[in-house]
Amino acid sequence: MFYWSLIIILLGIYSAYIFGKSRITSHSRQLEIKTASLPTYYAQYIMVWCLLPALIVYFGWIIFEDQIIQNLVLANFDFDLNPALNASLLISEIKNVALSDSFAEGKATEILNAAEHYASIKYVSSISFYLSILIVMILGVMFASRKLQPSFPAQQSIENYVKYFLFFCSSVAVLTTVGIVFSLLFESLRFFSDVSVFEFLFGTKWYPYIPIREGQSGSQGSFGAVPIFAGTFLIMIVAMCVATPIGLFTAIYLAEYASPRVRRIIKPLLEILAGVPTIVYGFFAFVTVAPFVKTFGQSLGIDASPTSALAAGLVMGIMIIPFISSLSDDVINSVPQSLREGSLGIGANKAETIKRVILPAALPGIVGAFLLGVSRAIGETMIVVVAAGTAPNLTANPFENVTTVTVQIVIALIGDQEFDDPRTLSAFALGLVLFVITLILNIFALRIVKKYRERYE
Amino acid sequence: MSNQFSHEKIIQLRKKRSAADRRFKTYGLIATVIGMAILFFLLFTIFSKGYSSFQKTVIELDVTFDQETLKITPNATYEEQVEAKFFKVKKNAIANALPDLSKKDIKLMKKMFSINVDKEIKEYFLQNPNILNTTQKLLVTAHSDVDQMLKGNAKRNIEEKKRKLNDRQLEFFDEFVFTGRLKSKFNNFFFTNADSRHPELAGIAGSFVGSLFTLITVFLLAFPIGIGASIYLEEFAPKNKFTELIEVNIANLAAVPSIVFGLLGLGILLNVFGFPRSTPLVGGTVLALMTLPTIIIACRASLKAVPPSIKEGALAMGASKMQAVFHHQVPLALPGTLTGTIIGLAQALGETAPLIMIGMIAFIPNIPTGFTEPSAALPVQIYLWVESAERGFQEKTAAAIMMILIFLFLMNAIAVFLRSRFERKW
Repeated sequence: MFYWSLIIILLGIYSAYIFGKSRITSHSRQLEIKTASLPTYYAQYIMVWCLLPALIVYFGWIIFEDQIIQNLVLANFDFDLNPALNASLLISEIKNVALSDSFAEGKATEILNAAEHYASIKYVSSISFYLSILIVMILGVMFASRKLQPSFPAQQSIENYVKYFLFFCSSVAVLTTVGIVFSLLFESLRFFSDVSVFEFLFGTKWYPYIPIREGQSGSQGSFGAVPIFAGTFLIMIVAMCVATPIGLFTAIYLAEYASPRVRRIIKPLLEILAGVPTIVYGFFAFVTVAPFVKTFGQSLGIDASPTSALAAGLVMGIMIIPFISSLSDDVINSVPQSLREGSLGIGANKAETIKRVILPAALPGIVGAFLLGVSRAIGETMIVVVAAGTAPNLTANPFENVTTVTVQIVIALIGDQEFDDPRTLSAFALGLVLFVITLILNIFALRIVKKYRERYE
Repeated sequence: MSNQFSHEKIIQLRKKRSAADRRFKTYGLIATVIGMAILFFLLFTIFSKGYSSFQKTVIELDVTFDQETLKITPNATYEEQVEAKFFKVKKNAIANALPDLSKKDIKLMKKMFSINVDKEIKEYFLQNPNILNTTQKLLVTAHSDVDQMLKGNAKRNIEEKKRKLNDRQLEFFDEFVFTGRLKSKFNNFFFTNADSRHPELAGIAGSFVGSLFTLITVFLLAFPIGIGASIYLEEFAPKNKFTELIEVNIANLAAVPSIVFGLLGLGILLNVFGFPRSTPLVGGTVLALMTLPTIIIACRASLKAVPPSIKEGALAMGASKMQAVFHHQVPLALPGTLTGTIIGLAQALGETAPLIMIGMIAFIPNIPTGFTEPSAALPVQIYLWVESAERGFQEKTAAAIMMILIFLFLMNAIAVFLRSRFERKW
């Protein structure tokens, strides 16, 4: 259905284009008037009016078809016969039976009847889908062809349509943000109707299991996210302890000391480090760094967990090094040369110039880079999913295993998702916290960097 | 007058200061060297763990294709041949792999061969049907445990319980090695198979095709929308609050954690719009939204780089603004945009977390053939293999990472090439 309808639409708009072009040329020849715009614009005008209704029907159908068919089938189905099945299970069973006979064996007659019903509706639906696409395309062309007069300024209308399209394209960014906020807020609100906000933000016990039976003892679910926030914070601190000094000193070396040739070699190499997918770092943490941390811990007499915060944090720090170094490098480079020369001119050596003049001047930008790094560290997923723990643990010891916000989101959403279960919904509440914190950090950091740039430009 | 600024003191102070200067420079150098060392160590780790995955271990087996066991006649049709009892042939061959095997031994022996052996015997026979009633020396795939032992990835000097191969199986193994019947061959399965529960049969073809479909979706969505948005913002946007909002939004979207995009895909695309789960279509849509800021930033930069005189010339010749932009500015800005797009696609190729959220993490043992079919993707495949306990998957993981790094390198090389070849300095 997907590909066939695309072919139909493509053929349709192509013929609409040909039709429009021949129609307007013959028209203008008959009337012996020159057209207001080039003939192609008229053809494009027809094409747009053919394409738009078809797309609307197409997407409308895709979105609503399933829901409508399900309702129709369920309306004819006597529900009380199968109290054990809920509606969604029932419909998937009916679908399976309708799709292949091998599922049909041993099923109740009601289900078989419903499956037959489903198949027949589906058949009618697909036929009417093609028909309605064809009809709306023809209607659109008919509507638009009334305007096929030589006096009609087709170019202006086409350009207006293009402008609307361009506007739509740039609104996609806003729509995405709105979509993010809505999906997070909506599901989080459902979560917070079961769990109080206060418990979520300040509770210290994360045990996201809801008792299966009423009144089951000892397994009351609790959603206190403090251990998760603390774990995220711990790993972030370790990561920044690695990334900030190495990244900053690399940036200083590259910007102030390195010869252009060395710079030309090292910068792309650092970019490679930045382009490595995070799952690769996760693998690195898992097979190399974690065992190393474990033996290192043993040599200190500490029993390190195989999924210690230290291993995940170290590797995450490595991931952030190129991020900090390239941003700081930019910032240091944009400190005006006159400051450097002034300092060197009164007898300071290079290190003193950097420490006393350049770094203070570049500080806001470096802080911005640091904050962006922090936001990265908090939102990073794959390294911690592979290398950090899954059990919440409120500790400040980096050799112990801790869990993070992103890990808990992944755990909650892998496997069966029940959207009326707080366990699944907790992922969205955690996501909301993550989104808000990273958003604040980003806005703050971007503003600092921007202000800094403006100062020296 | 005191000697406060005596000659010696000044020299000493200068020495101290230049020592501090040198120290500071050394810190910078050390930091840079550490960064480089980590990069090479990372690449070395992956290469050293992964390269062995391109070889597979095969065992030379004497297979007797007698017609009684196969239950076919010499002039059987192709359909009958397909239905022949190859598993019995395999059973006999394995039972006679070494002389004088007891029943228990045969059981152990069987575990040293891949479950794919039936199929390999069958394929060999169907290609050469005239070998009926002869005995052939076939190279059949060994089980992953044997493979790992031969490659030295599994230790043998440890307790029997901790080993995958027990003592008796190790005797067989040594016998095979001694008689030269264990051989290494190019691992074609790694490139032609989809995922499998058996490490020796698992490959990246399925996830590669899934990633390809996903990237095509990303390109088809993000490239036109990105260009459209850039043109609007650069050329047509009025200076008002909404335009400002769009600009701030794009800057912020670039820094939103990828997992949040995954939640968007799950909450909106799957649950509200009813997109099909685990498919390249949804994965591509989510990644397109993520890639959009990268493309927009690159495209706007290259639109800005086109000198205004070109547009003004077109306008002076009577072109409409739309014509001036689309006929003159956009073609000139295209190479830069394409470069940005390829870099964006490279990011999208390595992105894992959003794909996990929208369910592209299911075990898919076959190669997908369309945009709306459940499929895996390369980085998710890597994740699945990292998480699996079987030893044999570790080298697969590293090898898959090598492949993804090669693709990323190629894409970036293409981007650099495009930039140097087509970018014009005005």
